[in-house]
Amino acid sequence: MYDSPKSDSTVKHAIKIAANKVQVFYGDTHAIKDVDVQIEDKTVTAFIGPSGCGKSTFLRTLNRMNDTIDICRVEGEILLDGENIYDKRVDPVQLRAKVGMVFQKPNPFPKSIYDNIAYGPRIHGLAKTKADLDEIVEKSLRRGAIWNEVKDRLHSPGTGLSGGQQQRLCIARAVATEPEVLLMDEPCSALDPIATGQVEELIDELRESYSVVIVTHSMQQAARVSQKTAFFHLGNLVEFGETSQIFTNPKDPRTESYITGRIG
Amino acid sequence: MPALWIFIAVLVLAVLGFVLGRQRALAMVDGDSRHLHSLPNYYGFHVGIWALMPALLVLAVWLIVQPMLIDTSVKSMIPDTSYTTAGELSLVMSDVRRVADGLDLAVERGALTADEAMSLDAGATDVRALLGGVGVAIGSDVQPAVLEAAQAYRASTATGNMVRTVIVLLLALGGLGWALSRTAPDFRARNSVEKATLGLLIAAASIAILTTLGIVLSLIFNTIEFFKLYPASEFFFGTTWAPSFGGGSELGILPLFWGTFYISIIALAVAVPIGLFAAVYLSEYAGPKIRAVAKPMLEVLAGIPTIVYGLFALVTVGPMLVNVFGNEGALGLGWMSGGTAVMTAGLVMGIMLIPFVSSLSDDIINAVPQAMRDGSLGLGATKSETVKQVVLPAALPGIVGAVLLAASRAIGETMIVVMGAGAAARLSLNPFEAMTTVTAKIVSQLTGDADFASPEALVAFALGMTLFVITLGLNIFALYIVRKYREQYE
Repeated sequence: MYDSPKSDSTVKHAIKIAANKVQVFYGDTHAIKDVDVQIEDKTVTAFIGPSGCGKSTFLRTLNRMNDTIDICRVEGEILLDGENIYDKRVDPVQLRAKVGMVFQKPNPFPKSIYDNIAYGPRIHGLAKTKADLDEIVEKSLRRGAIWNEVKDRLHSPGTGLSGGQQQRLCIARAVATEPEVLLMDEPCSALDPIATGQVEELIDELRESYSVVIVTHSMQQAARVSQKTAFFHLGNLVEFGETSQIFTNPKDPRTESYITGRIG
Repeated sequence: MPALWIFIAVLVLAVLGFVLGRQRALAMVDGDSRHLHSLPNYYGFHVGIWALMPALLVLAVWLIVQPMLIDTSVKSMIPDTSYTTAGELSLVMSDVRRVADGLDLAVERGALTADEAMSLDAGATDVRALLGGVGVAIGSDVQPAVLEAAQAYRASTATGNMVRTVIVLLLALGGLGWALSRTAPDFRARNSVEKATLGLLIAAASIAILTTLGIVLSLIFNTIEFFKLYPASEFFFGTTWAPSFGGGSELGILPLFWGTFYISIIALAVAVPIGLFAAVYLSEYAGPKIRAVAKPMLEVLAGIPTIVYGLFALVTVGPMLVNVFGNEGALGLGWMSGGTAVMTAGLVMGIMLIPFVSSLSDDIINAVPQAMRDGSLGLGATKSETVKQVVLPAALPGIVGAVLLAASRAIGETMIVVMGAGAAARLSLNPFEAMTTVTAKIVSQLTGDADFASPEALVAFALGMTLFVITLGLNIFALYIVRKYREQYE
């Protein structure tokens, strides 16, 4: 039914992000309850679960994008390389440079392809000279597996690309700031199957350098691209483990019901 | 029957038609409205509309056309010897109408019988004294020709009114009867009412458009008239504005145009930064609570009548500026001699324009998709970096549109200028001097006692036309930019 899990999924990697007893509240609504999860470096971790289960909310706590929502409150601790990202000393802006994010809908800025990629490096002062910046742009576009398609029109608007190209552009844009973790919130839900395939292939390549966390509605996609899978249901983390184990031998009856299509 | 009574009669007929139509439709299906094509009220509306619309249309046309026809026929009765120009003829005609109205009044008061009024002879009776007795003052003795014309005027008006009453009421009855005869269970009354509604909406839209056209045409004709009397090149390139009603005026638009331009620039220099920053704060930084209070408060500024802004300029801002920049001022510069100055009007006008710029820009900034902001914040940009580099560039064309709309508002503003900037037409660079604008001069040229056919009065239309062309151009340009921007995210 599903592709076999990636061969190296059993190799042990360092823990990149550790969440301990995380609670998220939207006003009076308790959206995330007591979530403990450990995300490894150089691994793709998938969050699955029915709509409204809190997987996207939890993803956004990992780079404090929830800070932009006034009524949102986070308790518990999330450690990035051992440092609590909700500590007062942590600057959320710096954090987001380290933990990049790709969104559900491709959202290139209404600027040229070049300026889209150069946006992050310019803000963070990553390039000293124009040549440096050119190099970063080329490297990022190559990493985003879109260089060959856009190298001749770097100065035409990014909004003129197709949906799949736009999403790869956004991935390249996120990669350009040299993040350590890449969060992806349903990155393929607005794409057709061919573009989805390209993006999935890209995710697999990105795993070599980054820790990738992906939220997805498609269980097939989770099975194809991830090594670890977390199943969320009604704000609880129901089960977390090796993707192969979750999909072939789930421990919790709710997980089994979900992946066999009985709930959700 | 006077027009008002006809109108009321037709209305009553229409209401009657509504009731009859509804009843008839219901009676045809024995009271079970499910067998009707439309709801019973639609049958009522259908009959009512047919009773009302044709009759009222004819009444409206009749009210416009009858006086024109009678005027023409009466005009021909006035001997050529009693006038030389078209202006004099129109004076004689207004005498005729006055006498006719006076006779009507006299008959009504019982000073004359109807027959006497028709057979009155200007030689035998002192008509002027007679009419003066019922309260109608006539400037000079009534000429026999004028009296005759007035009598003919009364006679044809009376006949016309009689025919009008009959025709309109017949039409209302006819429409009612015809619509009633069409009422049947399978008649599509709903669709027919829909058509009438459409007609009403189209009529409303065309009245608005036709009125604009009419205004433009009257401007154009008077402008042409002006350019026949005054050379266009001197109007457009003359640097002196010195109208004198005795003749020999210099009517160069440049000093006025410069005043308009200068005041508008100062106003925009105040309104654009403040309005834009306010909009950015409201849409990007302010919490929902602050926004709910601050936005309406800002928009209250837009509701203040401009005359109140004018008072503010005259009483508060002007003296304040003199205290700083005047001869005895805090800075001791002596740049400003009086409270009325370009700076005064410009500052106050700028305050007036703030809500314009902020409200429009706020809408445009809000229209930038949240995904853009998320994308930028997700890359580790701060809020102000996001606003500066992503939100504002995306909203820029719309903001430019908003600024251009504000500019055309500034150019057309009158009251603040009249009260804040003074009345001296002057070409000067000092913003603390009194100057005036095109609009303020239109007011002063037309509110005087000047002969309406003189270039000094007609110049107002040429000024108005110039202003209209400029603001129209700005508005079209602004709309073009705003529209082009809209396509970007859809």
